[in-house]
Amino acid sequence: MTLVTLIIRNVHRQVLRVTLTVLGIATIILAFNLIITTVRAWYAGVEAAAPNRLITRHAASLSIHLPLSYRDRLAAIDGITGVTFANWFGGVYRDAKGFFPQFAVDPESFLDLHPELMLDPDERRDFLSDRRGCLIGRRLADLYGWRVGDVIPLKGTLYPGDWEFIVRGIYRGAEPSTDENWMLIRWDSVNERRRQFDPDRADTVGWYVLRIADSSTAGALSRAVDDTFANSVAETRTETEQAFQAGFVAMSGSIVRALELLAVVLNGVTLLVLANTLVMAVRERTREWAVLRTLGFERRHLAALITGEALLIAALGSIMGIAMTIPAIDLYATLVSTKLGNFFQQLVVYPSTLVLGALATLITACCAAVIPLVTALRSNVADDLRHIG
Amino acid sequence: MVIIQSVIECCHVTKSYVRGDQEIPVLRNFNLSVPNGQFLAIMGPSGSGKTTILNLIAGLDRPVDGTIRVAGTEVSRQRETELARWRARHIGFVFQFYNLIPVLTAAENVELPLLLSSLSKSERAKRVRAALELVGLGDRLHHYPRQLSGGQEQRVGIARAIVGDPTILLADEPTGNLDREAAEAVMTLLRRLHRELGKTIVMVTHDPFVADYAETVLHVDKGKGSSR
Repeated sequence: MTLVTLIIRNVHRQVLRVTLTVLGIATIILAFNLIITTVRAWYAGVEAAAPNRLITRHAASLSIHLPLSYRDRLAAIDGITGVTFANWFGGVYRDAKGFFPQFAVDPESFLDLHPELMLDPDERRDFLSDRRGCLIGRRLADLYGWRVGDVIPLKGTLYPGDWEFIVRGIYRGAEPSTDENWMLIRWDSVNERRRQFDPDRADTVGWYVLRIADSSTAGALSRAVDDTFANSVAETRTETEQAFQAGFVAMSGSIVRALELLAVVLNGVTLLVLANTLVMAVRERTREWAVLRTLGFERRHLAALITGEALLIAALGSIMGIAMTIPAIDLYATLVSTKLGNFFQQLVVYPSTLVLGALATLITACCAAVIPLVTALRSNVADDLRHIG
Repeated sequence: MVIIQSVIECCHVTKSYVRGDQEIPVLRNFNLSVPNGQFLAIMGPSGSGKTTILNLIAGLDRPVDGTIRVAGTEVSRQRETELARWRARHIGFVFQFYNLIPVLTAAENVELPLLLSSLSKSERAKRVRAALELVGLGDRLHHYPRQLSGGQEQRVGIARAIVGDPTILLADEPTGNLDREAAEAVMTLLRRLHRELGKTIVMVTHDPFVADYAETVLHVDKGKGSSR
């Protein structure tokens, strides 16, 4: 027998109470993991951002476009090895719920600067040669059941009118964090119609994407770009793609912060649930602690027994919570996609999320052990030997 | 060279408890000397300070005044951690209500004090078996306390107290919760431990029949002791 044997036996004393506590912790872990997964999904775009890409947009607002003429001037700046651009298309598929990101892009340069969008060469060729063609991500195709050759009708909002695009290819992401929910259409095609119906806004782009030779020069190059267009009609704001994506997350920052706060609160709930169980368990065994001290057990041994019991219960809860998370995340992802479509690029539980949840619970368990521990250690042995409980 | 004449020496010990704003005196200028190998019974009415004496000897409580020297150590001046280690080595405690851990078997209960030693697992097992056989429970090693009678539980408690071969055995009303037959068996066992193994035993009891098993009886009343 060891002290661990005694810890395990102690946990077995009140099977119903410990089972309920373990289930409570498991449920909290499950909720924690789902929240952290959601928060990480929110940041997926930031994680997927390439370090060697800069985004240049209008200094005042993303909604104000930049002249197409900036392209050549950008390409001429030392350190920039590629330039492409995109516009937000903002079409609606079927109804307002049928929302997914659509970008009007310069096809060839856009694909060159975004190698993480993996595409069959034949599909790439077909897209480049068809002005009505479009590319869609794999998850988007799966969501609506689209295949190559299908026609996607969109109702334009920023580009008014009814549009039809033919799926010429379905790209896959090179990394798990690559967004596979995009629809890429040809800028030249939409710009042509704009020339006819809204000539004042024709030949403009929403933002430029710049590829730079050395990511360590991102700051200096961003300033160089903005200096180039300072005091012009359309001043620019240039930042790394990561910062650009983070800006989008910041727009919904309150929600993300609320979720993060909720995750912290959940650990607080774990603390209370576990502390409650431990306080009862330790109080019931007041006389036993005194007996152990009579036998020569030191305070550190009692601390090990009580903390060990807290850790064992927390570990059981963590294991059960993790086991519940893996199947639950699929259910959660289905539920989210039913309500929000492909709002989140990916709802994937990373191992680091599971480890974080378990670690947070174990640390919380140590904190939960403090109150019963102090009670047990500060009590008088002679008094406790007379305790009836 | 220090010569230990008595294994337990209490000199001018005063002890009182504070309950609320009241100070309740328990022992006043109490003196006690127990030679090595003696079997001493302490008798007295309730509240006379019998159990307090045991607690002070075991270092579970501290006197307000006076000194207590046990097995060469002045326990009244030791720190908590040192006292715990000292207690593991020198004191075996037998309780009135047995105080076995209900989730451990008889063997595991007896093994508890040995977990604090550096003995190997096999050595511990050997000692546990020997202790339980000595108290006549060699066939109850894997029984849980709830599967034992009161007398058997107390014998497991005695086995737990002696398994570490302590210098002194302290027994607080060891038969207080037993019927006459079981009490006789327990007392016979304690007397055997004293006679055959030379254990120093200090036992608290209010039962004259039980006290008769001891060599010496100390009557305590109002915090003062007198031997017979």
